[in-house]
Amino acid sequence: MSYTISGETGPWELVIGLEVHAQVTSNAKLFSGAATGFGAEPNSQVSFVDAGFPGMLPVINRECVAQAVRTGLGLNAQVNPWSRFDRKNYFYADLPQGYQISQFAHPIVGEGKITIELSDGSTREIGITRLHLEQDAGKSLHDQHPGKSYIDLNRSGVALMEIVSEPDMRSPEEAGAYLTKLRQILRYLGSCDGNMEQGSLRADVNVSVRKAGEGFRTRCEVKNVNSIRFVMQAVEAEARRQIEVWESGGTVDQETRLFDTSRGVTRSMRSKEDAHDYRYFPDPDLPPLVIEPGWIEELKSGLPELPDARRTRYVNEFGLSAYDASVLVAEKETAAFYEEVAAGRDPKVAANWVMGDFFAILNRMGRGIEDSPVSAKHLGALLDLIADRTLSGKMAKEVLEAMAETGKPPGTIVEERGLRQVSDTGAIEAAVDAIIAANPDKVEQYRAKPTLFGWFVGQVMKAMKGQGNPALVNEVLKARLDG
Amino acid sequence: MHPTDFTIRGALEALSEGIVTSEALTAAHLRAIEALNPRLNAFITVTAERAMEAARASDTRRANGVAGKLEGIPLAIKDLFCTQGVRTTAASRILGEFTPPYESTVTSNLLRDGAVFLGKVNLDEFAMGSSNATSAFGEVENPWKRGNDDGTTLVPGGSSGGSAAAVAARLAMGATATDTGGSIRQPAAFCGIAGIKPTYGRCSRWGVVAFASSLDTPGPVARTVEDCAILLESMSGHDPKDSTSAPAPVPDFAAACARGVKGLRIGVPREYRLEGMPEEIEALWQQGLAWLRAEGAEIVDISLPHTKYALPTYYIVAPAEASSNLARYDGVRYGLRRDGEDLRDLYERTRAAGFGDEVKRRIMIGTYVLSAGYYDAYYLKAQKVRTLIKRDFDEAFRGVDAIVTPATPSAAFAAGEKQDDPVAMYLNDVFTVTANLAGIPGMTVPAGYDRQGLPLGLQVLGRAFDEETVFAVSAAIEHAAGLTKLPQVRAFA
Repeated sequence: MSYTISGETGPWELVIGLEVHAQVTSNAKLFSGAATGFGAEPNSQVSFVDAGFPGMLPVINRECVAQAVRTGLGLNAQVNPWSRFDRKNYFYADLPQGYQISQFAHPIVGEGKITIELSDGSTREIGITRLHLEQDAGKSLHDQHPGKSYIDLNRSGVALMEIVSEPDMRSPEEAGAYLTKLRQILRYLGSCDGNMEQGSLRADVNVSVRKAGEGFRTRCEVKNVNSIRFVMQAVEAEARRQIEVWESGGTVDQETRLFDTSRGVTRSMRSKEDAHDYRYFPDPDLPPLVIEPGWIEELKSGLPELPDARRTRYVNEFGLSAYDASVLVAEKETAAFYEEVAAGRDPKVAANWVMGDFFAILNRMGRGIEDSPVSAKHLGALLDLIADRTLSGKMAKEVLEAMAETGKPPGTIVEERGLRQVSDTGAIEAAVDAIIAANPDKVEQYRAKPTLFGWFVGQVMKAMKGQGNPALVNEVLKARLDG
Repeated sequence: MHPTDFTIRGALEALSEGIVTSEALTAAHLRAIEALNPRLNAFITVTAERAMEAARASDTRRANGVAGKLEGIPLAIKDLFCTQGVRTTAASRILGEFTPPYESTVTSNLLRDGAVFLGKVNLDEFAMGSSNATSAFGEVENPWKRGNDDGTTLVPGGSSGGSAAAVAARLAMGATATDTGGSIRQPAAFCGIAGIKPTYGRCSRWGVVAFASSLDTPGPVARTVEDCAILLESMSGHDPKDSTSAPAPVPDFAAACARGVKGLRIGVPREYRLEGMPEEIEALWQQGLAWLRAEGAEIVDISLPHTKYALPTYYIVAPAEASSNLARYDGVRYGLRRDGEDLRDLYERTRAAGFGDEVKRRIMIGTYVLSAGYYDAYYLKAQKVRTLIKRDFDEAFRGVDAIVTPATPSAAFAAGEKQDDPVAMYLNDVFTVTANLAGIPGMTVPAGYDRQGLPLGLQVLGRAFDEETVFAVSAAIEHAAGLTKLPQVRAFA
């Protein structure tokens, strides 16, 4: 059953498309050599090109083009060997040239698709219409002075990829899943850091509603939504607003709206009548962008393994469940951590430890995998100590806690705390024999009540200060009591 | 011989022989500027102290045996080229006291070769005009006079009117200029000097205030064809900072001037024979062709069928690009600002006060032709016609090595004569705009006089990146014409 919102006149379907602006990861801007770091002093990363000085000319940054090509390939899309930059003309104080250089008529990347996963385990394909390169504008700061606006041009000229989807999504969940998947792919490719709080990734959400079987009705665009959660909220809020308009006999006007995150509603920003006439035309300062097929091949061969392929490999080669594989590949860093732990070890055991005790520690400490207190190398070493029977599983959990607290490798902690598991059969037999000799009554009771076996195990382990190899203790006890 | 009468070639020889110093040459030109600029208004900014310092430094370099190709030559710089530390105005109020913190590539190249800059010369505002009348810094007077009529002030042409007048009146040995639709060739013709618009991409546009990016072409003006060749060689070269700059080697242009025209096929386009064109222009044209024939060239009738669409095409493409290029002059970051009630008001007041009428007219035309609903009919159509015009030349150059036409439909006209009729003014560019649309090189060479004694020029067009043939043909015309008349207004006459 597909997702609908019930109105007074019955159920309404949603039609959603996303335009995502992703800041290209690169050291320099799209058409100038200025730096692109986040959080720098205002106007400290501005070249004369970015500030629109007289006689300054744009020169395309090859790395930004490479990132767009990589992204196109990662989205299973057509990379266009010939594309062109256009000028989008409008006046604003933080747009120094009076135009934005963008790709209007001929984008660098054409149609593609990505597969999204939904909570019920199903998957859907979402079409990508196009990806194009463009410049970001600067930032206007209106709250710094009572009578003035301040302009920060650090972002001016920073390379963005605008990734436009087909209107293929039908629910807030799908919109969220699409953005999640897109962000995941960009981060795997390293073409965008996907940081939505810092504005490296922002979405314009196009929403319309319709009755089953209808064509498209008028859509509205909700601008600049900056988290996945807000995208999902904005979709629902805007859809509900439109349903109310239609059901009260009104008409939805095509317009640009903003999502008020505190009140959970969208409000009008500008109507179609106020829309700019951008007077697009080919930028005469830039020759067409011609990409040699050989270069595309070269970039293709250098692409990292993407999440879908990696998940399939975890299921097929490592024998992980689809769910476990999805969790482990969700973040590039997590997958890399997991693979380092799993290298040369049992991949299922590694997955259990990473997703179990290790994730629990991260959660408790409020840390991410990037600043994990336990390195993948140390966690792997811990698994080795379990495998060679130096540590029991229970002891290993304690050691992991100690590792998280101290940052020390497991071997050191084992040494310091004398936590070495005893697997010496002689020592275990001695301990077992001592317990049996001291408790003839219990031995008698055991004959009638085999569940007492656990009590014996506990006594032996206690006598051995918890360091007896549990498997061996079990084995020896069994032999002695039943033999 | 007065130091201001040297050609660049002559001065370079005199300098190398120690007959003259750059200091003496520069001082003589600065004295000429002091004497005549109040009348001619060719210079907007004279940088006398910097020039003298540069001249002395040049003499020192020469004494140390490290003389560049233009070592010690005093030049004027069109005030469209950004010059580090020297106010750059584009002859507009909107740039205010803007002083670039950078040096344009072309002027950097000239400085690298040892040139001395005397100052910044006048032009039509943002290079938009054909008479230098749209400058916010006042009109420039053409140093030539009609017959005995000393009373009528003639225009020097435009937009590089200051460059041409300064060089003709011997206030500078040569000058940088730019040509978007004829802005080098028309003023050169009006002032009786030589000037070349090289192939688009030959000289970097980096640091040149933009008018119409796909047409703007920096180039030199000077009193001889060879001097233009010497200057162009220094100004040219691939510039990675300009994406439209061509990675082509720079040939020895000066050597090409002596090649001769024997065996060359010279095209004469029938479409350039305009109805109502003065007889003396036609006569000059025929004379020029006769000289070339006498030197062994073959004259061939050719057709450039889309010529009649060139002017309207130009007046769509150039304003369209200009309307976008001039958007940056908004009062926010540099130049003139007129504060307003809000941002939009600030824009309107600043741009209303900062731009002159002609610039506003072109911004409006350009905005109109790019607007939704008009784009296809105007801009897109113009781009298609531009392709056809380019194709006309491609086909013509399969059969000929160069094309010779008149440079302008008339000699210099009087100030105010065509001011009220923008369309009549635009007609000045009728012979020159085609080369900009096609991107090919075109040169004006002085070839004669009209019946009132005013200079007339011929235009030599060549294949893209074949300036050498253009220089060879122009030098042959120059030599055959053997002109000796000097402008009435000149330094130390």
